Amino acid sequence: MAFIDLSKNEIQAKIVYYGPGRGGKTTNLLYVHESMSKQVCGKMVTIDTKGDRTLFFDFLPLNIGKVMNMTIRIQLYTVPGQVMYNATRKLVLRGVDGIVFVADSLKVQKNKNIESLQNLAENLNDEGLAISQVPLVLQYNKRDLMESNIPLLPVAELEADLNEGLKVPAFEASATIGDGVYETLREISKRTVKNVIRKVGGQITC
Amino acid sequence: MSLILTKNDIGKLEEIISDQLLDSGAEHVVLTDLSGNLIMERGSLQMEDIFSLAAVSAANFAATAEIARLIGEDDFALLYHKGGRRNVHFSRLAKDYLIITLFNDNVSLGLIRLKIGSAIHAMSAIFEQHKGAGPWRS
Ligand SMILES: Nc1nc2c(ncn2[C@@H]2O[C@H](COP(=O)(O)OP(=O)(O)O)[C@@H](O)[C@H]2O)c(=O)[nH]1
Ligand SMILES: [Mg+2]
Repeated sequence: MAFIDLSKNEIQAKIVYYGPGRGGKTTNLLYVHESMSKQVCGKMVTIDTKGDRTLFFDFLPLNIGKVMNMTIRIQLYTVPGQVMYNATRKLVLRGVDGIVFVADSLKVQKNKNIESLQNLAENLNDEGLAISQVPLVLQYNKRDLMESNIPLLPVAELEADLNEGLKVPAFEASATIGDGVYETLREISKRTVKNVIRKVGGQITC
Repeated sequence: MSLILTKNDIGKLEEIISDQLLDSGAEHVVLTDLSGNLIMERGSLQMEDIFSLAAVSAANFAATAEIARLIGEDDFALLYHKGGRRNVHFSRLAKDYLIITLFNDNVSLGLIRLKIGSAIHAMSAIFEQHKGAGPWRS
């Protein structure tokens, strides 16, 4: 649920990074936080367990500048990926304006990716949203492991597993080194802001 | 569904916050929606991480509401954290919004709750009227 403040000409929208546990959602936000200037991004908040697992969510506020005269503020969230945390995932999804689905390229995670995407669709349904209605992009993460001996899912297989019905933009990424992180963020921000403006029925004059 | 507030709405909210809460001794007041967007903040504190405060408060509120549901309650009447120097009070505003009030021990919880009650009453009309999509001009 975006918020539009006409006294400041400002739009605020919520983007959630979704996906199986250990896929790299938190790492995406960490990379953005570490590489952006303090003027653009605020402090990152992480609510996690003793280990490095996200318990509730990570949060990172961004001010990404102006679009059509409006200042755009984007709030990035991640959800905990573990199956048992579905109640918290649903809380974080509340009022979402755009979604990045971070898929894990590890071959052993093939089914986890598919299940997590299904879980996303179900949770959105419970909110009264069809997955096709929400701005969404996919990210195939950990592509850097191609150079190692660890078996990875080929991009074509990820596409077939996850994107055949959706047909949304998909980006290969290595969040630990930052590859694809900004491409993903830029595309979802663009789609999200466009959708917010379209929904409020805006005629835009630039 | 997006919330759109005009300069006029913000002005009215500002007036209510200032008359009802800040003048009664609250240090700072923050309005958010339940998805964690910051709507506005007013008061005497310099808060650098105001967006984080909004996001975590909304999540905390949602989690607490879930606890209520799990034990068979609709909502908890009082959501309040007492700190050493500063206290914080959370209250639902209309259906989808949250009012966060920070205050210190110079003012009583009773008075703050009373004032929040009347502020909510006055603000609800503004939020209800702007629910949903409306005309948007830049
Ligand atoms: N090799 C590699 N490891 C990654 C990549 N992204 C994340 N990781 C690692 O995968 C683990 C889980 O990442 P995390 O961001 O916590 O996953 P989350 O559960 O989705 O938030 C961490 O040890 C990360 O360092 C990547 O692109 N390449
Ligand atoms: Mg995480």
